[in-house]
Amino acid sequence: MNTEENRTTDPLLVYKDSRPSQVQLEFWSSRYVLFVENLSVSFDGFKAVDIPHYGVKHGELRVIIGPNGAGKSTFCDLVSGKTKASTGKVFFDSREISSLDESEIALLGIGRKFQTPTVFDSLSTYENMLLALPGNQGWKKNLFDRETKNEREQILEILSKVGLLEQRNELAKSLSHGQRQWLAISALIISKPKLLLVDEPAAGLTDQETEQTADLLLELANDHTLVVIEHDMDFVRRLNSTVTVLNEGKVLAEGCLEEMEKNEQVMEAYLGR
Amino acid sequence: MIEEAKIIKSKRIFSFLCILGLVVVPAMYYLGVLSIGDINMLGRFITFAIVALGLDLLWGYVGILSLCQFTFFCLGGYAMGIHLAHHGGPEGIIDSNGWKIPACLFVVYPYEVGESSGDALVPGFWKPFWNLPITIFLGLLIPGLVSLILGYFVFKSKVRGVYFAILTQAIAVAAWLVFCRNDVKLCGTNGLTRFDVIAPHGSIFTLNPVDATKGWIESNTGGSNLDLNKDGAVDQLDYSIADVGYSLSAPEVQVSLYIISVLCLLGAYLLCRWIVISRLGKVLVAIRDDEPTLSFFGYKPYTFKIFAFCVAAMLAALAGLLYVPQMKIVTPSNMEAVRSVLVVVWVAVGGRGSLGGAILGALSVNLIYNYLTSEHDYGFFTWSPDYWPIFLGIMFVVVVLFLPNGLIELVDRFIKKKPISKT
Repeated sequence: MNTEENRTTDPLLVYKDSRPSQVQLEFWSSRYVLFVENLSVSFDGFKAVDIPHYGVKHGELRVIIGPNGAGKSTFCDLVSGKTKASTGKVFFDSREISSLDESEIALLGIGRKFQTPTVFDSLSTYENMLLALPGNQGWKKNLFDRETKNEREQILEILSKVGLLEQRNELAKSLSHGQRQWLAISALIISKPKLLLVDEPAAGLTDQETEQTADLLLELANDHTLVVIEHDMDFVRRLNSTVTVLNEGKVLAEGCLEEMEKNEQVMEAYLGR
Repeated sequence: MIEEAKIIKSKRIFSFLCILGLVVVPAMYYLGVLSIGDINMLGRFITFAIVALGLDLLWGYVGILSLCQFTFFCLGGYAMGIHLAHHGGPEGIIDSNGWKIPACLFVVYPYEVGESSGDALVPGFWKPFWNLPITIFLGLLIPGLVSLILGYFVFKSKVRGVYFAILTQAIAVAAWLVFCRNDVKLCGTNGLTRFDVIAPHGSIFTLNPVDATKGWIESNTGGSNLDLNKDGAVDQLDYSIADVGYSLSAPEVQVSLYIISVLCLLGAYLLCRWIVISRLGKVLVAIRDDEPTLSFFGYKPYTFKIFAFCVAAMLAALAGLLYVPQMKIVTPSNMEAVRSVLVVVWVAVGGRGSLGGAILGALSVNLIYNYLTSEHDYGFFTWSPDYWPIFLGIMFVVVVLFLPNGLIELVDRFIKKKPISKT
């Protein structure tokens, strides 16, 4: 009776009951745009991430929070292929991606923004966007093709949205920290990924910039699947969506932020025992 | 705005090179200001500038420091050297297959135990280089393939920075040791020499001397003086004497080689400029800035690095092909590790990350080298050639300390003082 009820509320709880067969795995991986099974990675014997199963649905905005060293960024590294998992599988769009390298995963449609804004310093803002355009990643295309008029308009449109239009011909190294964050996010947007992994978008921003970034992410959430990692609770509150709490590499709890703030386990993990 | 300024600057550099290389220098030669030896020397330095261009593309734009550019230079140089040795005068003997063993190979031929001079054969790998177009093709293809294979394994396994530099330095030393060995039949430390002519009829239209001899005898039937070496038989050796092209010591030929070198430099400059301003050029710069991030945009950085490495290697090989007919000798000393390190000095002095800077650096350092490695008496002070390495070291330190963007920065400052409307 209990399981019947759960099946309608959270399918992942059903998954918990039994170890799945390959067929079941395919079923689950097709229900979630991102699905991990039995994922773990250890560094020198320390298990940085140990997640039995976890999924993100199509079109969802999911926030991952957790204390320092909880394995949030490592989880992103595992999904985007930067770190290879010790055990387990990662599925994206019903395809297993655990054995692919970063660039292949990126081509499948997982975009990643790092904790520190990673932009190419010696290129201008516009050129940074140019490199992020999808569908031009081979060397031959890069050598012979120029951007189309349509692509140029797209770039300028996004740049004007984030207020970087005037800086389009300036070198990225001359931009402020906040502008660099936005440039990194803009580059992510123009690469049209199916899933965006956004690692601490509000780090080092002023309050006003944080607000603008939250609005930008909410707007993105309308037509993208987003996984946002964040420390800043005000920022998370603004995003107002499902929150996953990670601690010591494990999923501690999941739900809306109010629930999490009442959850004793979560408070314990944050405040220390 | 930055882009436009760069294009204007590169057009200026290009037209300046055109005027200087194709008008001013030849005019000075015909007016008697420069001797034919100077033209020959400038031609050789221009081939060095081509090597520097390749390294600048690789090091200045992609940030890959390669210390084996002169190995690729010599792969091209040896291809041309073998070709020139094939057509190099009547010394040497005819082997049992009808190929003439060139003089430079014959004197150091590595015989097996029990072999006599009659058993010597022209090695199989020498034969394709009989033909000039094939020589040029192979002289570019072989270094291209070597760099492709090397680049694939090295860049795919993410060897970076200093480790790559050390690896290429080791490759340069290894290649030098191989070419120094006499039994690889490349004339050991003597090197390939006794060059005589370039582009004789037989080297362009035939693939081997047997056909060439036959064709020559047929087209000259009835001629009484075919027996040029007076041995009583019309043979390969007679053909060798008759295989006359353009003498490498003739001034016109040396001027032509100089002009061809300048044209190749201009072509190489345009090629590099085209690569740098294309979107691929931006990707190359992005690799230098932050290679890991680039792969999260779906790029495979190693393919771009292989591309740049191949272009640099083939430019170096092209320089080698042009250098050897002007130097008239190619020895393994050209491959020594220090030669490849010097290319880095040229680029650093001229201006890393600026194509004009690489050319300026290669030409200026070599011209200064040429001047300062002879003795000069200034009255109060006598300059000895022994001081050259000290001078080079000081110059390098001064440029790195005071002109981090190289000598080209001085030129830029000078141009900036003038209004840009002159374009």
